[in-house]
Amino acid sequence: MPLAVELRALSFAYPHGQTVLRDVDLAIAHGEFVAVAGPNGGGKTTLLRVALGLERPTQGEALLFGEPAHASSHRATIGYLAQRARLGVDAPATVREVVSAGRLAASGLLGPLRRRDRAIVAEAIGRVGLEAVADAPLRTLSGGMQQRAFIAKALAGEPSLLVLDEPTTGVDVEAQDALAALLDRLHRELGVTVLYVSHEFGAVERFVQRLVLVRSSIVFDGPPAQLPGVWHDPSHVHV
Amino acid sequence: MRLAFAAGAVVGLLAPAVGFFLVQRQMSLIGDGIGHVAFAGVAAGYLLDVSPVATALVASLAGAVTIEWLRARRITAGDQALALVFYTGIAGGVVLVSLAGALDVNLLAFLFGSILTVTRMDVVVIVVLGLAGLATIGLLYRALSATVLDEEGARVAGIPVAFLNVVVAALAALTVALSMRVVGILLIAALMVLPVIAATRVAWSMASTIVIAMAIGLVSVFAGLTAAYYGDLPPGGMIVLVAAAAFALLTVAGTLRRT
Repeated sequence: MPLAVELRALSFAYPHGQTVLRDVDLAIAHGEFVAVAGPNGGGKTTLLRVALGLERPTQGEALLFGEPAHASSHRATIGYLAQRARLGVDAPATVREVVSAGRLAASGLLGPLRRRDRAIVAEAIGRVGLEAVADAPLRTLSGGMQQRAFIAKALAGEPSLLVLDEPTTGVDVEAQDALAALLDRLHRELGVTVLYVSHEFGAVERFVQRLVLVRSSIVFDGPPAQLPGVWHDPSHVHV
Repeated sequence: MRLAFAAGAVVGLLAPAVGFFLVQRQMSLIGDGIGHVAFAGVAAGYLLDVSPVATALVASLAGAVTIEWLRARRITAGDQALALVFYTGIAGGVVLVSLAGALDVNLLAFLFGSILTVTRMDVVVIVVLGLAGLATIGLLYRALSATVLDEEGARVAGIPVAFLNVVVAALAALTVALSMRVVGILLIAALMVLPVIAATRVAWSMASTIVIAMAIGLVSVFAGLTAAYYGDLPPGGMIVLVAAAAFALLTVAGTLRRT
């Protein structure tokens, strides 16, 4: 089975800008739970965007499930949780409407959701424990509950790869712990590959199998137990 | 008068339905931009001696797709793309009107609406194309709303976001061209936007927002036309004033409900 995510000798620079990523090699196998962290400006969000095919590498290759990331035929099986600041509309979208949006790629673009798709949406809402507020507008919920709704949106596509970009932004410490525990449970129950990207490892550190530290290139890639003590806070990474 | 109401009903439903997606994408002013290009289209119609509605539709579509193309390619920021098309449209319109020697009452009817002079043929075109626009929104509602909710997430999942954005721009152009005779080029953007922002004051979901907005659009057109007919007032102005009153009323209602 091909790797879920593979970056080979990858470099990236924005047009007329400096190099953001240099000689990055990263391989994430099916079923792994990997956290990627690094100081602000270290290139982790760019790494994620290149890995997902939203940006093309300047050099090297980015593969998703063995195919070039920007043209991968497996994109519908990616559950993506963007940075929360990028989401949201003026209209009072309910939890069910947000989660249903995550079913679009699997269900087709035309017409209303079929019964089976509605059942999968309801199941995704149940998995994150939001049944009681399924028809409440998202903006009336706490930051932690909103984040769980977005995870349910990602789950609604029955993903084989779950990608989360800075999921703890604007979420209190207690909700961050609950989020990490939820991801651990989903990873174990669904066997889904989880790629978690943040400016800090935080609460997920005790659940993940691998930590990856990025500062232009990969400065650490291994199990949490082998991470040098001072690097548990990625802002201390100076290489 | 019956013709006026038939055309008005379609426009009253279509404009807020399209406006819903523009407001969610924070492109509320795109209707204004396209309206100014439509003005150039009307002027070209007079100059070429062909139907101004047809030339306005072509010009609107070209303007809308240009705005979307400039925005999507990040050649300019969204508001700069709008400004570019906006001013080019109005400048082109002024020059073409002058060349056609058409600065007369007919032109004012397009600028401010003159629904009481619509012909049976106008109504047929407005109803057929308007219903086609509404059917497109009905079919693509889930895809369009999922894209405005999380454009990047949709892109990652392989949804044809660029195509859907062009569909919204084309629907906006269609709405402007069809609504010219009812509310006028200068006021159509208001009928696309005001009912939507009024609806968000009391709605409880995205679906209820679009339904309430369409109801406000319909009521605004009917009430505005009736007032215009009996008071001998400009229909476009009256329709938009009713929509603005709906916004004020629902803002108060929404505030009272929350307290």
